[in-house]
Amino acid sequence: MSTDNTAVFVIAEQMVGGIQPISLQLLGKARLLADELGTTVGAVLLGQNLTNDVHKLIAAGADLVLQADSESLVPYQSELYTEIIVKLMVEHRPEILLIGSTFIGRELAPLIAARLETGLTAHCIELVIGGEGALEQRIPAYGGMITIVCPEKRPQMATVANGVFPTPVLNPARLGEVISIQVPKNLPQRVQTLEIIREKLEGISLETASVVVAGGAGAGDQEGWDQIEELAGILNAGFGSTRPAVDAGWTELETMIGQSGRMVNPDVYIGVGLSGELQHMVGILGAKIMIAINKDAKASVFEKVDYGVVEDCRVFVPALVERLKNKESTTGKVTHVI
Amino acid sequence: MVNIVVCVKAVPDPSFSDKLKIDPVTKSLPRLDIPLVINPLDSRALEAALQIKNKYGAHITILSMGPPPAGNIVRECLALGADKGILLTDPAFAGADAFATAYTLAKAIEKNGAVDVVFCGMASSDGATEWVGPEIATFLNMPVITMVREIVDDQGDEWIVKADYEHGYRMVKLKLPAVITVTRDLNHPKPLSFSGIIKARSKEISEWDHEKLEIPVERVGLKGSPTKVTEMTRLENRRNVKMIEGSLQEKVERLVQILSNAGVV
Repeated sequence: MSTDNTAVFVIAEQMVGGIQPISLQLLGKARLLADELGTTVGAVLLGQNLTNDVHKLIAAGADLVLQADSESLVPYQSELYTEIIVKLMVEHRPEILLIGSTFIGRELAPLIAARLETGLTAHCIELVIGGEGALEQRIPAYGGMITIVCPEKRPQMATVANGVFPTPVLNPARLGEVISIQVPKNLPQRVQTLEIIREKLEGISLETASVVVAGGAGAGDQEGWDQIEELAGILNAGFGSTRPAVDAGWTELETMIGQSGRMVNPDVYIGVGLSGELQHMVGILGAKIMIAINKDAKASVFEKVDYGVVEDCRVFVPALVERLKNKESTTGKVTHVI
Repeated sequence: MVNIVVCVKAVPDPSFSDKLKIDPVTKSLPRLDIPLVINPLDSRALEAALQIKNKYGAHITILSMGPPPAGNIVRECLALGADKGILLTDPAFAGADAFATAYTLAKAIEKNGAVDVVFCGMASSDGATEWVGPEIATFLNMPVITMVREIVDDQGDEWIVKADYEHGYRMVKLKLPAVITVTRDLNHPKPLSFSGIIKARSKEISEWDHEKLEIPVERVGLKGSPTKVTEMTRLENRRNVKMIEGSLQEKVERLVQILSNAGVV
């Protein structure tokens, strides 16, 4: 089997611990798009000791895996990766190329797009085949949704964050072709990743938390922020943020929920002191019960949740925390439910 | 002397973002006179350049593409300590996506002459793509490191930087000339000073259009953009909110009850 010039391609990424869910999610989506277009799915995987990961890519929907297995590809090197992928794309000429919005994906995608002289849409939350087979790429902006297309240039390229699309059920019986690529030698190495350092993870994973508390600009200052964090701690909740809270320096960019950040899927979401910007709210569309606390009764967040409390979070959150602490002490046990 | 170009974008003041919403009837953005400010991440890019200038001496060129009022943002950067400004302004530049923007900026950097480092913010607060920096690097055939949070070693022409990575960071060595896109963790921009504002008055801002850049009009603006916006839709409310009323304590009780029913407490 070989891909024709209309294939849907995915750049898979081997991170510490193997293939990450984002690569499988992209393959699941690519499979659906390819079936609708009547074409095949290709995947590119660069790294080391790839055999298991290649099988996973096929099980997730790839018909063809182009793999380069070499110690020179670990850790990630932007120039080498760009050269290999650009060459493969020129050779295979896919219609669509999907890349995860990981830190590496967000650096590689524009390097590839500029070399291929094609368009690239950032952090899509919907990908739909529209008229004449064009890929309609949707992003949230300005309180609504913007549709972007790339009418003439190919491939049509988009990045997508982890959790936007579901992780497909792996089918180990699926068959696919694997082609090994030679790694080019003697490339200029003007940029060299010396090492990738992983810092210790703290707190509860946002993606798997059954309760998520997110804080926004309404926290006012670090003290207000710490109060919201205390609430998250008492509820055994994942603690996320909005861009203004990150901008204010109260928390790390990695805690940001939304289009260009984390996608969460909790049973209960509590948004505290945040306005309800769509770029944030699209990160929590899957929540079962949504609650917002904001002192501004007109905040647009109240249009997007199930329960609203109009109060200054700097007053309300300490009162709620106090009440929850008392509940624990009177019943004599901590009633966390996972 | 290090030659530095800082790319800055004049963006609508983010504190007015509540006003800038898609009109549900016209399905387009309303024309509003929202004041322009420097893209917050680009002020970090400028601060990084100013720190290099303080340490080793440097000549800093501010490069911005936008309508004539964006010149005020360039002037502000000169007041903060940059040496020279270039405003790329031309009706033909309107509607540029990241690709056409990066191409135009790259042509201007080439025309401006020798460059050792190009600093950009890692994203803009309005467009929210992160592509302009790395695409400029591609057009200039320079290496790039995106999302730099710390410059560990900036001596000579081989630098070592830390760049963001999932749950950690990348330690990267790069050879100048290069493009670096910066995160908000890199530094804290300093405020304007009165003496800076006075000094900026005598600094030069050039205005260049596509003819001055000697690039065909098909390569810039909407025409030079591979991507097009085809539709804008207002999102309808997805949920019917129940507002919790009463005194502070009543609201707290009611919320605890909701959390309890949901099995959270």
